[in-house]
Amino acid sequence: MKAPNQILMPTTLLKMNSNKDNFQPSSSSETPGGGESLTIETAIANLEGTDSGLRFYAAWWLGRFKVNEPRAIALLIEALADELDRTPEGGYPLRRNAARALGKLNDKSAVPGLVKSLECSDYYVREAAAESLGMLSDASAIPVLHNLLITGLITGLTGEELIIESTPSQPYDAILEALGNLGATNSVPQIELFLKHPVERVQYSAARAMYQLTKNSLYGERLVKALAGSNLQLRRTALADLGAIGYFEAADAIAQTLAENSLKLIALKGLLEYQVRELTPPTPTLSDGAIKVMKLMDSLL
Amino acid sequence: MNSVQQLISAVEEADSSAKLVEAVQNLASSGSEDAVPTLIAALGYNNPGAAVAAVDGLIEIGEKSVKPLLQLLDNYNYGARAWAVRALAGIGDPRGFNTLLDAAKNDFALSVRRAAARGLGTIHWQQMPSEQRSTSQQQALETLIQVCRDPEWVVRYAAVTGLEALANAASETQPDKLPQITAPLLEMANNDEEVAIRARAWMAIHQHHSQIEMPNMKKLAESDDEKEVPSRGSGRRS
Repeated sequence: MKAPNQILMPTTLLKMNSNKDNFQPSSSSETPGGGESLTIETAIANLEGTDSGLRFYAAWWLGRFKVNEPRAIALLIEALADELDRTPEGGYPLRRNAARALGKLNDKSAVPGLVKSLECSDYYVREAAAESLGMLSDASAIPVLHNLLITGLITGLTGEELIIESTPSQPYDAILEALGNLGATNSVPQIELFLKHPVERVQYSAARAMYQLTKNSLYGERLVKALAGSNLQLRRTALADLGAIGYFEAADAIAQTLAENSLKLIALKGLLEYQVRELTPPTPTLSDGAIKVMKLMDSLL
Repeated sequence: MNSVQQLISAVEEADSSAKLVEAVQNLASSGSEDAVPTLIAALGYNNPGAAVAAVDGLIEIGEKSVKPLLQLLDNYNYGARAWAVRALAGIGDPRGFNTLLDAAKNDFALSVRRAAARGLGTIHWQQMPSEQRSTSQQQALETLIQVCRDPEWVVRYAAVTGLEALANAASETQPDKLPQITAPLLEMANNDEEVAIRARAWMAIHQHHSQIEMPNMKKLAESDDEKEVPSRGSGRRS
């Protein structure tokens, strides 16, 4: 079944509704998922329907275009307990997309459902739920995230240590990032142990959380070092992590990283946002740091 | 075989990503016109390091690169197109102007719109016949105002830098045109949903502070725009 006959691109629909005269369908963004166009009404109707393909896409769409309307949020929360959409391996695709979308809608009523989702048998649902809990700024999620993190630890002769797993059984990277975002300072001793996790991405997530929780540049520098690594995917991950924590000292290294300019620009934008938080109205003066970051961004356009 | 040909062979024979980047960097720094076809080919290798080096080299070589770059834009390799527009934007040759004008508004790929918007401001206007210059600058201004409403933040950011460059050019040659250019910058400084763009527009305005009238400004950091944290594409286990 095709999407409804609707020519407006979704981004344009939501962001440009005050500028209809200047509507430019051809300058649409590079929309993931094939860019099938929906309206808010059809997305909600699709999510209420029974077609699993349409429900899956509608859940993604509502998050992507930040439709934080009560009806959408209620349906997405309901979808966290969906039993109909299953993969042959037992996964829950709709729950995954619903959990991801709820992180973007900035509504704390999603927190209990997401916390419950951390117990889901599907690894990707747990990953999406942890990530979204980290975005919703509700500290009530900290204890359950902490408990999930320490399933990766065992108490040995010298205290707590990492359990060696060939494949991580929990989405430790997402859990660590959520704990960092939520300011879980009591979890620092456990988070620190994950700096030595065998999966490099998990180490970065631990460094990112440690920097957020301690502001110790040691951990920012760990991520700067990662920018010079030999694996492009890991360099991209480190760029995203540095942007998320706004580690200013990384600015030059970010600009010089061998990776796509678009990712470097997003990372530098993250740094810039931390720099301009201190701007004082009404005649803003820009800090030297902010100017430095903007000049680097200009050079990457 | 002369040394440029050796450098070209090194690019063609590179058998790893790291060797390719190094070989393209070496060729790019030769600054030789003979390097142009190989550098242009390197834009399409899907290797960001090599492409960055090739763009730098093509910009360095300058106007001799323009014709082959314009030819390259006729094909359908979107990755290479983005780099080619970036090179044209960096060279600033007026022959690239119409390409940039169209790409900034209409290209499907945001990276192409981004590069083109920046380039529209940095065209070497003095190389343009003077009877054409004023019309072209007006076209660039109108296009950049339109691009300031692009749905992608980075394209709007690039449009602000384009307006800034246009304002710098106008302040030298046509100071009476300046208010027309700073008005959209003020609009962006006040109203864009992204604090990063508001900051960038401020930086542009500060340079022309003495020449324009400053209205009362809204607090720069007050909008509650949600910070878009780069996604690492969840759903993959490492």
